[in-house]
Amino acid sequence: MEIITIDNLQKSFDGLGVLKGISFTLNEGEVLSIIGPSGSGKSTLLRCLTQLEPVNGGTINVCGQTMVSSTKEGVVSYADKQTLRSVRLNLGLVFQNFNLFPHMSVLRNITEPQMHVLKRSKQEAEKVGRELLKKMGLEEKEKAYPDQLSGGQQQRVSIARALALNPTVLCFDEPTSALDPELTGEILRVIKDLAKEKMTMIVVTHEMAFARDISDRIIFMDDGLIVEEGTPEALFGNPQNPRTQKFLNRYE
Amino acid sequence: MGNLLLQMLVATMTSLKIFGLTLLFSLPLGMLVAKGRMAKNPIISNVVNVYIMIMRGTPLILQLLFVYFAPYYIFGSSYDRFTAVIVGYTINYAAYFAEIYRGGIQSIPVGQYEASLVLGFSKAHTFTHVIAPQVVKRIIPAMGNEVITLVKDTALAQTIGVAELFRVAQNASAREFSTMPIFIAGVFYFLMNAIVSRSFDLLEKKLNYYR
Repeated sequence: MEIITIDNLQKSFDGLGVLKGISFTLNEGEVLSIIGPSGSGKSTLLRCLTQLEPVNGGTINVCGQTMVSSTKEGVVSYADKQTLRSVRLNLGLVFQNFNLFPHMSVLRNITEPQMHVLKRSKQEAEKVGRELLKKMGLEEKEKAYPDQLSGGQQQRVSIARALALNPTVLCFDEPTSALDPELTGEILRVIKDLAKEKMTMIVVTHEMAFARDISDRIIFMDDGLIVEEGTPEALFGNPQNPRTQKFLNRYE
Repeated sequence: MGNLLLQMLVATMTSLKIFGLTLLFSLPLGMLVAKGRMAKNPIISNVVNVYIMIMRGTPLILQLLFVYFAPYYIFGSSYDRFTAVIVGYTINYAAYFAEIYRGGIQSIPVGQYEASLVLGFSKAHTFTHVIAPQVVKRIIPAMGNEVITLVKDTALAQTIGVAELFRVAQNASAREFSTMPIFIAGVFYFLMNAIVSRSFDLLEKKLNYYR
């Protein structure tokens, strides 16, 4: 089943095109990685999808709801507030630099959104929070504050915070880029475990080996366009486009 | 001597009343002003900016005189002196607090807003539960400064005839040909500010549980 359909998505900053017509679909249970050089528009794509940036053109459908559409003439219209909210709840986002709430304990970071957004009771939210912390190997840390944790631990908390709201799709925006190299492993392991559980995910990443390992499908982006798309075997084993070849060569 | 101290304690109560009421009104008003200063609408932000410039750019003593006497010339009557003092201090301090709030609010990383948005928080919830608590921690030192200044600024209320601590001390000095009452008033101000500054230290410590 198609969960996300993006058609001819366009985004520019001050007239400078960052996304120049992106189209793809995401199916339920699929893990999609987006790779490509810096400035290719990967992160902007995620930010448009999660409503952090307004789009300049194109259509985005999430779970059967049209979040934004635009006419041939380029008139963009977003859905009403209610729909946008419900679309937002279908998507979780894990940020590059975590963005945990520094004044809240680890557990409260995870319970606060559940209580406010899903109207769960405190007990229920804490139960969910503790289960997720256990899953992340952080059950000892529930009373700690984010600044007392390592980068890798903070990122695991932020994954737990996103998961607590039961998103249909979990998006990762370069989840290991702000981490020391020795800490990336723990995050990649967590994402791998989620992939095994058939969590639907979009992962923007620079970790080529990791993308190859966990993805059902990989998109290679360059200069605001999807250059090549395929299974990890096809894309890494036999890249068709010269730009893909050139990019991947640097990682061999 | 006992009588003098009693008089000064009564006057201190007036000073404290000015202090307390000014804080009560200017702390929330300052937030409104800060919001206006940061408004996307250029008319609102410019009007508020002019207000802040006037409040910070002219002497408080002049503002007090203006607040008290202007209604006489315009409407032919004014409110009582004490009310004028509270109004004058409140609009002055709200301007200073607004700039401190604004600095605090703008220092919060944009990622905090983005995380709140993606998680589905309402705008109001984001402000009250994510932004404001972090702003409070960041502005405590600057707020401490302003509040201490306010304690000392209460002495200006005498310019429109409110008998606060310093006025009473000056009167007593003149009556008794002694500087002692003024010295005692100095000790009173110092003690009040010792309490204020200790309170801010405690608050700062209390919020030190995270960086």
